[in-house]
Amino acid sequence: MELAQERDAGTNVISPAGRVDGSNSAQFHEALVGALSDDDNRVILDMGGIDYISSAGLRVLLLIAQHLGGSSTPFAVCSLAASVDEVFRISGFNQIITVFGTLDEAKAQLA
Amino acid sequence: MSQPWRILVVDDEPDLEPLVLQRMRRHIRSGKYEFEFAGNGLEALEKLRADDSIDLVLSDINMPQMDGLTLLSQLGSLNQDLRAVIISAYGDMGNIRTAMNRGAFDFVTKPVDFDDLQITIERTVEHLRQWREATASRDKLVTLQNELDIASNVQQSILPDDFPETAAYEINANMVPARNIGGDFYDYVAVPDDRMFATVADVSDKGIPAALFMMSSRTALKGAAIGTGSPREALIEANRVLQADNPTFMFVTVIMAVYQPRSGEVIYASAGHDPPVVVRADGSAEQMPGTGGMALGIAPEAIFASNLTENSLTLAPGETLVLYTDGVSEAMNVEQEEFGTGRILQIFNGNPPQNAEDAMTAIFNAVAEFAGEAPASDDITCLALHRIASS
Repeated sequence: MELAQERDAGTNVISPAGRVDGSNSAQFHEALVGALSDDDNRVILDMGGIDYISSAGLRVLLLIAQHLGGSSTPFAVCSLAASVDEVFRISGFNQIITVFGTLDEAKAQLA
Repeated sequence: MSQPWRILVVDDEPDLEPLVLQRMRRHIRSGKYEFEFAGNGLEALEKLRADDSIDLVLSDINMPQMDGLTLLSQLGSLNQDLRAVIISAYGDMGNIRTAMNRGAFDFVTKPVDFDDLQITIERTVEHLRQWREATASRDKLVTLQNELDIASNVQQSILPDDFPETAAYEINANMVPARNIGGDFYDYVAVPDDRMFATVADVSDKGIPAALFMMSSRTALKGAAIGTGSPREALIEANRVLQADNPTFMFVTVIMAVYQPRSGEVIYASAGHDPPVVVRADGSAEQMPGTGGMALGIAPEAIFASNLTENSLTLAPGETLVLYTDGVSEAMNVEQEEFGTGRILQIFNGNPPQNAEDAMTAIFNAVAEFAGEAPASDDITCLALHRIASS
């Protein structure tokens, strides 16, 4: 699972790329957990590089949100591709995970 | 402490026995090896037939009554998991080749160098150990596969197939799992006032965890449908049950509809699921609006309920209500294109379904034709409720 990461003054921006489905959701989870740190003030998942996410991948996002919720660390996703955005909308995930249109918006508004 | 390796030494020279016992005494005492002895091939076969715990046969070639090469060719018929090592005269390549061709694992030469013999035995039993491990793993895998097949059968068998057919309407449905055990299901249940609940649902992920969550989802949804009056209330109740104890964040998206055959009224609510499609009597089709809900199992009741509404529509005679999972809308062809809702709406153009089974079959056929050689990556589930034209 490809995953780029950038930390800037406590903001942890994680940018995975590729498809997430049942065959690699465990690696996706592992990679995301590995990219988190207790020192993060907030975490933004830039999904611009994800062109497909199955329900198995959505479950991983819930686990991450839960994990960060435990330490009250603000968490959001941004830059959803149209198909991923549709999955978020239909499944109702946009109602429980904060979604921003762009990374700049996420950086400016996530608190 | 593991069992000692049991080694049968076959030689007509009686002085080999005390020599072996003497040189291998450390390993015998430590319980690593146990030795048996036979004077020729026949005697060896008798011992092997009487005792199936021998792991290794260490045999000379030239012996009276039955030589080592004949013994080798007989070992296969014993059907025992053992290995043979041959003791040959130094440089006797002809017999060594014959022995290897008859299945000997290795050979040592005379006069026997006991350090070399020790290494050869070590190597042989290590090979045997790995072989047995691999065999055991394979057997386990076969058992597991059989259990998965049984689970898949159980899962298929709980999907109802006594489809309702009345003078007013009929239901037909099918679920085709992508792997042999999946997370999709459909269900229907009659409730008071002649009404009929119909449900199509999609559990996150695949495999055993999904199948287990599917079982509890189905029970929760059915109970809620029977116990409450409306799809929205039933979904809220089922979410309460599923969300209460769900540390692994499994979730299920659901489309639930209740049909009143006297009026043709359908009330439906979609929880994180594609809304229904209505096929008109002329074969045109349209997707109904969503109801704002989210998947079941992940949000507490207050949040879940606040986002969920329900809609109603009236099914005219000859019209069909179609509930489906994203295995239909997201089916891929070899060019990685999605089937898409647009294509679902085109299926009945100029060819309206005459009954529920027609509608169902046409959808599965259209998806199969579109996907071609591309393997299904998701379960495909579809339920059709058809109001009879003359009703």
